[in-house]
Amino acid sequence: MADLRSSFAGIASPNPFWLASAPPTDKAYNVVRAFRAGWGGVVWKTLGEDPPIVNVSSRYGGVSYNGVRMAGFNNIELITDRPLQVNLDEIRQVKRDWPDRAVVVSLMVPCTEESWQRILARVEETGCDGVELNFGCPHGMSERNMGAAVGQVPDYVEMVTRWCKQHTRMPVIVKLTPNVTNILASAEAARRGGADAVSLINTVQSIVSVDLDLMAPNPVVDGQGTHGGYCGPAVKPIALRMVADIARDSPGLPISGIGGISTWRDAAEFIALGAGNVQVCTAAMHHGFRIVDDMIDGLVNWMDAKGYAATTQFQGRAVRNYVHWSDLNLNYRTVARIDQDLCIRCGLCHVGCEDTSHQAIAALRIDGQRRYEVIDADCVGCNLCALACPVDGCITMVRQDVGVPALTWDRHPNNPMRKEAAE
Amino acid sequence: MNEVRDVAAGRLGAAELAANFADMHPPLTPAQAVVEANRCYFCHDAPCIEACPTGIDVPGFIRRIATGNLRGSAQTILDANIMGGSCARVCPTEILCERACVHTAQEGQPIRIGALQRHATDWLMEQEIAPFTRATPTGRRVAVVGAGPAGLACAHRLARHGHDVTIYEARPKPGGLNEYGIAAYKLADEFAQREVAFILSVGGIIIEYDKVLGRDVTLQGLRRDFDAVFLGIGLADTKPLGVPGGPLAGVRDAVDFIAELRQAPKERVEVGRRVVVIGGGNTAIDAATQARRLGAEDVTIVYRRGPGQMTATHAEQEWAQINGVRIRHWAAPLRVLEHDGAVSAVAFARTYLGADGRLALSEDRFTLAADMVLKAIGQALIPGPLDGAMAMFDGRIAVDADRRTSLADVFAGGDCVPGPDLTVNAVQDGKLAAEAIHRQIGG
Repeated sequence: MADLRSSFAGIASPNPFWLASAPPTDKAYNVVRAFRAGWGGVVWKTLGEDPPIVNVSSRYGGVSYNGVRMAGFNNIELITDRPLQVNLDEIRQVKRDWPDRAVVVSLMVPCTEESWQRILARVEETGCDGVELNFGCPHGMSERNMGAAVGQVPDYVEMVTRWCKQHTRMPVIVKLTPNVTNILASAEAARRGGADAVSLINTVQSIVSVDLDLMAPNPVVDGQGTHGGYCGPAVKPIALRMVADIARDSPGLPISGIGGISTWRDAAEFIALGAGNVQVCTAAMHHGFRIVDDMIDGLVNWMDAKGYAATTQFQGRAVRNYVHWSDLNLNYRTVARIDQDLCIRCGLCHVGCEDTSHQAIAALRIDGQRRYEVIDADCVGCNLCALACPVDGCITMVRQDVGVPALTWDRHPNNPMRKEAAE
Repeated sequence: MNEVRDVAAGRLGAAELAANFADMHPPLTPAQAVVEANRCYFCHDAPCIEACPTGIDVPGFIRRIATGNLRGSAQTILDANIMGGSCARVCPTEILCERACVHTAQEGQPIRIGALQRHATDWLMEQEIAPFTRATPTGRRVAVVGAGPAGLACAHRLARHGHDVTIYEARPKPGGLNEYGIAAYKLADEFAQREVAFILSVGGIIIEYDKVLGRDVTLQGLRRDFDAVFLGIGLADTKPLGVPGGPLAGVRDAVDFIAELRQAPKERVEVGRRVVVIGGGNTAIDAATQARRLGAEDVTIVYRRGPGQMTATHAEQEWAQINGVRIRHWAAPLRVLEHDGAVSAVAFARTYLGADGRLALSEDRFTLAADMVLKAIGQALIPGPLDGAMAMFDGRIAVDADRRTSLADVFAGGDCVPGPDLTVNAVQDGKLAAEAIHRQIGG
């Protein structure tokens, strides 16, 4: 059976599933419940300097999609609103009671070396396993020149990371904000500063929805709203891409994957794109800590089926296939095939192709019966029909034998800047 | 066979009766409706639309439920079918839209189209929104005979076009079979009357009650006084049982029993302890099931052919069975047995399909004791009032695709014309006739 034991940035945990720094890890009560449920580790909700910040009532907003709640989720909550010493005492006790679990502490203090030095010393005393620098919080704290205000400036990321590495022996994980144009700049800055790892993504700046009666953004606080941090299943694709960019273009930097991870399959995808472990929040907030059961045995069962004994055996396996567009084979050709026995005649393949794509699926009536047929000559193999089709396996994209070798844009005759084959 | 005959009203207490005749399918909650609406694939060229006799844009109204546009949803339904509220309740959706639903092919669980249609139309009626307005009055006048679904649908569509409509209704209340001919729990809470009031609220429609064609008005007179006539007269006669013997206490038409259940307090409706219902349609199901729900102990439907030939749908048959009604197939009545001037039993012969494919009686006989026999073997058109003025087909009024009879100014629809005898077909007849009349009389 696959072994899920994980070592990330020198921090051991029985499995690669950590709870991200967020409301679920705000205090010992929650964290103990999480450990009882089987979570491999936690990143304790971000500590700051006293006096504690103050949070608002009405903190979360959600996107329901086709009746599915919390397909996307956002929050305008800040860092912990409890006194520093209360948190430190609880962290010490929890780590003592749960020595095999990873307890990492998230930190955010003003951008001065003294502030970081001071808090690191106190945190280190708890016996926790490491720290995560919160450079990503997109709201509330950034207005105080903390969180994303630091994370968006690579020089600051490097500077603060360096301070932390100088003032603690603990592993330092730098949490990156996605609210930047180029995530690599942030990652490289962390690396230069000496970071042991990066974690990403933090939440995406967002207005989750507008209350059309109150005419205010959600979540509404006394008639008004503000932008918040977006997370949950909706952000997973954004996170996957940023993780993959770092794994491909800044290799060797350990990555803790975060962003909409709800299932073992999500976790496997992050690990395949280079993540060393994963952090979860929204899915636990939606369904409770018990989701980790399926994450653990689902991942084990999949790994067993694939013959992977440890996550390191497939970690980063998909990175080599994550290439630039110009490296793709322009002579690769597929055509849609409709399995008429599986077809339920919903017509979605036809209407999407007809209205918005290539008019390559004919809507026929044969003896009064609906029949949808691909017009091979017009099909560009775009996948739209296969994606829209509600029946698994009904529409497949079948590779065509074009009888010519692979050809990339770099060498394509239509490319004015093509590289000649002779070069 | 000579047990004391037991026919009585009030077999059950008031509370039990109220529960037994309450809404058979409670409405969806708003949350249920949204979840169900979101299951819909919003098909292109959706099979459910084609399967609806009134051609309701089913994916269109369901999508509007999903997006919270209930007014648009209801309007989409009612524009195609002004009786969308009652059709949502009484349509055999399992053989129409829901059978055609692609989810039926995919996983055997169609979208609950009827329930969603009810959700939208109930909402609109509760809001007291008037979704349609009359066009400028044309001064043209149309007579409609019969305030059932066909007549009401025709009248409403004509009124929308600005014509003035007078409906002549034989009974004291409007609604036709929705008011008199359908089981109480299918149209609970006075829905039939509320729907008629909703339809009439468009304006331009007058109903004259207790006006019987051939007695109080004549076809000739209507043709003389109006620009066009629509006949939605239904099938007012019942077919005879065709067995020896005259009228007998305890033997009655199922349609009368059903009508009484709709009009009289349930605790005053008499029912036998042992009831035999003869027939295989929805009338038989409604009569038998309601007899059970009134407190009859032993109710048996006897049908001369098999379950596949019953005009009652499979779902209707199941509904009767889960209500404790026994259905016996392949048996035909031979004789109604009497004791002291009242029914005591019915003698049946088992039937079979002969080599020629025709139904034949076997020598195998059985007798069912009965305090009450309900005949549900079909209804027939009363042709007299039509004066032989128009062509007939198979005992009903022959019409063309526009529901025009052989008389250019007379149209007909509903049960009195050939075709399926569903409410939804009647509504479509009325709608099509109204459009044809509108084109014909102008305005």
